[in-house]
Amino acid sequence: MPFRDVRADFPILTREAREGGRLTYLDSAATSHQPADVLRAQEEFVRLHYGAVGRGAHLLAEEATEAFEAARSAVAGFVGAGEGEIVWTGNATAAINLVASGMGAASQGIGGSESRGFALGAGDEIVVTESEHHANIIPWQVLARRTGAALRWIPVDDVGHLVLDGLDSIVNERTKVMAFQHASNVTGLIHPVGRLVDRARAVGALTVLDACQSVPHLPVDFAALGVDFAGFSGHKMLGPTGIGALYGRRGLLDALPPSVYGGSTIKTVTMTETTWLGAPARFEAGSQPVVQAIGLAAAARYLSALGMTQVAAHDERLANRLRTGVSSIEGVRLLGPIGGGSDPVLGLAAFTVEGVHPHDVGQVLDDAGIAVRVGHHCAQPLHARLGAQSSTRASAQVYTSDDDIDRLLEALSGVRRYFAPKGAS
Amino acid sequence: MSGLEQMYQQVIIDHARERHGFGLDSPAGARIGESHQVNPVCGDEIRLRVALDGERIAGVTWEGHGCSISQASVSVLHDLIEGTTLDEASELSSAFRALMDLRGDPPDPEIDDMLGDGSAFVGVGRYPARIKCALLGWMALKDALIQAQKETR
Ligand SMILES: Cc1ncc(COP(=O)(O)O)c(C=O)c1O
Repeated sequence: MPFRDVRADFPILTREAREGGRLTYLDSAATSHQPADVLRAQEEFVRLHYGAVGRGAHLLAEEATEAFEAARSAVAGFVGAGEGEIVWTGNATAAINLVASGMGAASQGIGGSESRGFALGAGDEIVVTESEHHANIIPWQVLARRTGAALRWIPVDDVGHLVLDGLDSIVNERTKVMAFQHASNVTGLIHPVGRLVDRARAVGALTVLDACQSVPHLPVDFAALGVDFAGFSGHKMLGPTGIGALYGRRGLLDALPPSVYGGSTIKTVTMTETTWLGAPARFEAGSQPVVQAIGLAAAARYLSALGMTQVAAHDERLANRLRTGVSSIEGVRLLGPIGGGSDPVLGLAAFTVEGVHPHDVGQVLDDAGIAVRVGHHCAQPLHARLGAQSSTRASAQVYTSDDDIDRLLEALSGVRRYFAPKGAS
Repeated sequence: MSGLEQMYQQVIIDHARERHGFGLDSPAGARIGESHQVNPVCGDEIRLRVALDGERIAGVTWEGHGCSISQASVSVLHDLIEGTTLDEASELSSAFRALMDLRGDPPDPEIDDMLGDGSAFVGVGRYPARIKCALLGWMALKDALIQAQKETR
């Protein structure tokens, strides 16, 4: 292990599975568990410092505001963002929607002359990939409908890799924005961000990175990656639900029009006109998820203390054990390559079992105390491309051990037998 | 019996494989009703067709794909419903839904009798996430019968 066994830091992992016995939690790509430090940080804040953020002149309001902004700085530091470059959102989905809706608003002339760079219209193009989570497809489909722009996508090959041969024709002078994931929640593939960013920059297109699966497992520095925007979620990186963030390059965030309107976002309001504050305030309308932000910052601190390089090494090692193991079971098909080395993958494996529906696979695993995800994981186009209607997915986190993977592999080996006609093997 | 064994009784595994009534059919002269149901979580879907002859359900056929619970449930539905009257079908439908609400407890002997192979689904009630799978076909039936009754001959 690149770092100490941290399982004991996660209180929920001591509870029993459905039929008693050890809980093997392999559903962290859907949502991860919170270490005691993160729980404690939230409780301590609520017990000692809780108050209205940004709108009071009393001690608690002051302490709460300070803690809220300190949380923002901590999270910014964790992903290579500077001051004013992190906007709190409910989750990664909301972060991506914030950009797409802002561009929609800009296309309708909202936000004045400074927002013109975000406007789209007929003749413009939006690019996504076939590997995306629905959260990074639908907002762009809708933006295309709203503005008359065309939606194009980078295709995926039979294995799950992005096909970059035609990149220069797909991303061209008409491309206004390119949205793509850092890593897939189905194949686990970590995509070549640099190559995509270079092309987008060459044609002057904005880039929006879905970093939902990468930030929890890899050292991520948005400034170094060179993307314009990026979104991620707290609940996949050992933090609470209800909090996520949008990263945006400073100059851009200050010019993108907001699309949710309300208190704390404005410079002046008359009965006919509004002028907005800069980022992040212009996007944070209404009361914010303050306790959750404190929790997310604590999660970032916890991960930093483990060391993201070590976290990534742990993830890579588990990826290898998991993906090699899954693909060597007869009748089980791994979606995506085994990967590793120059074909980097995350510590997850989505697979199909011949003749057994994912729901049934998941149920048999659950009976053995193993929690996995079943379904299309909000990536229907990718599943369709890989020739699967849905799949079963096992995914790791810092608290996942070799033993967890081995339990999965053992239980998975028996699944087909369970549903085989009696008398056959 | 573990929860898993209670859910995947042999009858269910057999029905999931045999899929009685699989393959859509439209007998001439009957009032036809059809329904397409999707489980948005997993993308499982079923298309179920009923052929109504007066008050009698002369045919129940279907196509689709899904987990063993959803497939077995439609197969059993076919056996139970084909040949019944609309009233009988409605009673069977309610009995099956009630079975799901028992959280794995055994049903009354009368219900048990009435549902036949359908009683094997009692174990599904222990897994709230799977009740939807077991009911997918029954939702299609309800809808298809409404469609068929709108048809005039
Ligand atoms: C790649 C990817 N993008 C986006 C999301 C959406 O995250 P959230 O539901 O937290 O907004 C997920 C979560 O499943 C994901 O895996």
